[in-house]
Amino acid sequence: MTTWLGPAEWQAIALSLKVAVWATLAALPPGLFIAFALARWEFPGRQILNGLVHLPLILPPVVTGYLLLLTFGKTGPVGSVLEPLGIVFAFRWTGAALAAGIMAFPLLVRAIRLSIEAVDPKLEQAAATLGAPKGWVFVTVTLPLILPGILAGAILAFAKAMGEFGATITFVSNIPGQTQTLPSAIYAFLQVPGSESAAIRLVIISVAIAMLALVLSEIAAQRIARRVRG
Amino acid sequence: MTLSVRISQRLESFTLDATFEAPAGVTVLFGRSGSGKTSVINAIAGLTRPETGRIEVDGTVLMDTDTGTWLQPHRRRLGYVFQDARLFPHLTVAKNLGYGARFAPKDAAPVDRDKVIDMLGLGGMLDRRPGTLSGGEKQRVAIGRALFSAPRMLLADEPLAALDEDRKAEILPYFERLRDTFDIPILYVSHAAAEVARLATTIVVLENGRVKRVGPAGEVMADPQITPLGPGAAGAMLEAVVLAQHADGLTELDAGGLRLLIPQVARQTGDALRVHIEAQDVMLALDRPEGISALNVLPATVRDIRMGDGPGALVQLDAGGNLILARVTRRSVDAMGLKAGQPLFAILKAVSVARDAVGV
Repeated sequence: MTTWLGPAEWQAIALSLKVAVWATLAALPPGLFIAFALARWEFPGRQILNGLVHLPLILPPVVTGYLLLLTFGKTGPVGSVLEPLGIVFAFRWTGAALAAGIMAFPLLVRAIRLSIEAVDPKLEQAAATLGAPKGWVFVTVTLPLILPGILAGAILAFAKAMGEFGATITFVSNIPGQTQTLPSAIYAFLQVPGSESAAIRLVIISVAIAMLALVLSEIAAQRIARRVRG
Repeated sequence: MTLSVRISQRLESFTLDATFEAPAGVTVLFGRSGSGKTSVINAIAGLTRPETGRIEVDGTVLMDTDTGTWLQPHRRRLGYVFQDARLFPHLTVAKNLGYGARFAPKDAAPVDRDKVIDMLGLGGMLDRRPGTLSGGEKQRVAIGRALFSAPRMLLADEPLAALDEDRKAEILPYFERLRDTFDIPILYVSHAAAEVARLATTIVVLENGRVKRVGPAGEVMADPQITPLGPGAAGAMLEAVVLAQHADGLTELDAGGLRLLIPQVARQTGDALRVHIEAQDVMLALDRPEGISALNVLPATVRDIRMGDGPGALVQLDAGGNLILARVTRRSVDAMGLKAGQPLFAILKAVSVARDAVGV
């Protein structure tokens, strides 16, 4: 294996997995909250929030990456505040995770929101009449029923995060070992004449990871669905 | 226990403005579809919020807009049996039953779970999931689930309406047993006269969001002025005791000295039961008819007559202390010269008493 893939390629794969896992995990709690708010609550600015969440889906990724750089860069309004605290995004793997998370966010929220809208609020009412406070109702009734949606959203977000390129390379550049994810590495190899075989190897790895994620999610979704439907 | 309700709430098509008090037993909110019954029960459960009013159960104020009191639904301790059972699809029957148990206060009278499971016949389905249950089974689990949470009172919103006739006949006796074996007050919403006649201790008649009448079930059912479903569906309710079972398939009842023959009911001699007698099944005669196939010819006195807007009239009769309603034409009322105090005979065909018209 080690002879088939060079250390730089292994680095890219490991980094991509790290970035995608962190992007997905970090996006889940706010994604769940925002999906719930959009599905269930009426509040002023609901449409604006909905638009903001979906923005990365419609904007060119380069624009999203540049906006991230402006905001979270060392001189940006958020970046300059966080830097003294030791939190730096620009040109770090954390920045790659942030970019991937933001790009994956709309997909995550959409999937979870759809599953929340499919839950009958009458079931939650019934739980309340049995004495259960709101938080308990959410954990014991709503959450188990939307688990398939959360899983589907997370897998989709993970796949998107693995493949994110435009926003990532704009925001954190393409530094081997720091911010060079799988797509960036493939792009870099394609720029160097004679490195096509290395690029092809990474392409095969990309396809394998994506397929594996899909199959796993399919199996998990079936199990959960069987449990939920009873 | 008493339930005291005074609520006012604007609804889509009318304003709900209901005030009533109900004693222990089964109180039925009776009225046609869209009369505001479900709105009243939802306000009591706290699922909707009336603009003004006050609701009190057993000394606990659930809401009072004068003092700004508002108890969250989960703090009201009212077991709610919905029309659609609303079981949690991802939990087994056992876990559905136990869902509310953890929230029952420590000082609440403990629920005899085995007794509930036994009474509702749930023993064989505890490991199953709601998806595999029939409509009637789901509703039985829903009743059990509400009881397990040790509620102050049980609310039931047309729990039989979504079931077919056979399932209705299966579930109704459970409510009768609930009324008779568990000391729990029940508020039951219905627009089916037969259900009301079998279950109700007290009836609250709702019409267009207003309470038209509150009273003991027997009195309200036999009041010719109160016909929430129209005079065509009127009918009285008799409380009787089984006197004898006859070999030819008839059961003889005694209702305060009145002898009544109806198709066989599977009850022991001496058992008390209720019979719903529809007004349209009762015929009137000034003289005792001879050579007639109808088996029940009951001496009675006219108490009240309500002339309808159409061709019909409702006649309230006193037969040995029992109130009966008869639906006849206005023409007959005139031809027979009926008036209050007049003695006559009420004729009831035994076979016209349907099986589902008889309850414990």
